[in-house]
Amino acid sequence: MAKKPEITTETGLQFFGQISASISHELKNVLAIINENAGLLEDFTLMADRGVPLDPDRLKKMAQGVKKQINRADAIISNMNRFAHSTDQPLATVDLAQTIETVLAVTARFAAMRGIRIDWQLPANPVALQTAPFHLMNLIWLCLEFSMSAAGAEKQVELVAEETAGGVRIRFRRLAGLAADLRDTFPSDHEKILLEMLAAECKVELEPKEMVLELTKRY
Amino acid sequence: MSAKVLLVDDEKDFLDIMAERLAARGLDVATAGSAEDALKMVIAESYDAVIMDLMMPEMDGFKALKLFKKSRPDLSVILLTGNVPEETRIEAIKLGALDVIEKPADLNLLTLKIEEAKALRAKKLI
Repeated sequence: MAKKPEITTETGLQFFGQISASISHELKNVLAIINENAGLLEDFTLMADRGVPLDPDRLKKMAQGVKKQINRADAIISNMNRFAHSTDQPLATVDLAQTIETVLAVTARFAAMRGIRIDWQLPANPVALQTAPFHLMNLIWLCLEFSMSAAGAEKQVELVAEETAGGVRIRFRRLAGLAADLRDTFPSDHEKILLEMLAAECKVELEPKEMVLELTKRY
Repeated sequence: MSAKVLLVDDEKDFLDIMAERLAARGLDVATAGSAEDALKMVIAESYDAVIMDLMMPEMDGFKALKLFKKSRPDLSVILLTGNVPEETRIEAIKLGALDVIEKPADLNLLTLKIEEAKALRAKKLI
């Protein structure tokens, strides 16, 4: 097995690259729509030059369309910014719900591409965790990615996060396609190192079909 | 006769405006919001070109391209995508795509490609 720091660097870079590529793709889609709106506006002005009157309602609709895409891009960039800042400090105190929400937001496209619906229930009150924020996000993503592979024909994963006496528990439920052969693939060596690093434990259960990630509040 | 094209993208806002702009240039445009719907349309109808987003939910552009080519080997498919690494372009061309165009797309380049597809089809029909 390769050395632990090398594996965490490799896994972390892979995660960062995956998310960055996905975000850049989403932003390109936003730009493509704005580009078509600008092109259509140009088409209308050329028609106006030839005496075809401009339709104010149509122009209003186009302006709304552009605003919608700007709001979309703004949300993508805000999530990207939160994600990028997870690398600021090797150890920090974070809120559990906010961390999970960031992971869900930056990885939403991967679920959409697979046609999988992710439902979630997060603690209503803040739950502080002292952790390695980036590695925690990476671990949550790896659990989610595995859960999506185990979603089966129902194409649905339910994530439930709750505070426990000693820490927090994140359950990835309704894994309809989870079978013994798939269960045995998780955690892999990469995931085991992250689990060890974060003093976390993970169990994949066939009955009920779910994955349970246990984290301590301090490590 | 105007070129008959099928535009496929899961981004409805993009699909609607692009279809309107192509139609304004005299093209006969049909649209599909998924590769699955597009496949049904390709089997049922004959098009000069299919312009399709590469990254779509459930069935991506590569998988769709293979299925289109299975049903209609002569069909010209132009893929659109946010980022075009060289390996993606090579893979697409190997699978029989006419070209891969990066989003945001240059409409003039796209219409030139559609004309090229139409000319290719006319040649094959002779």
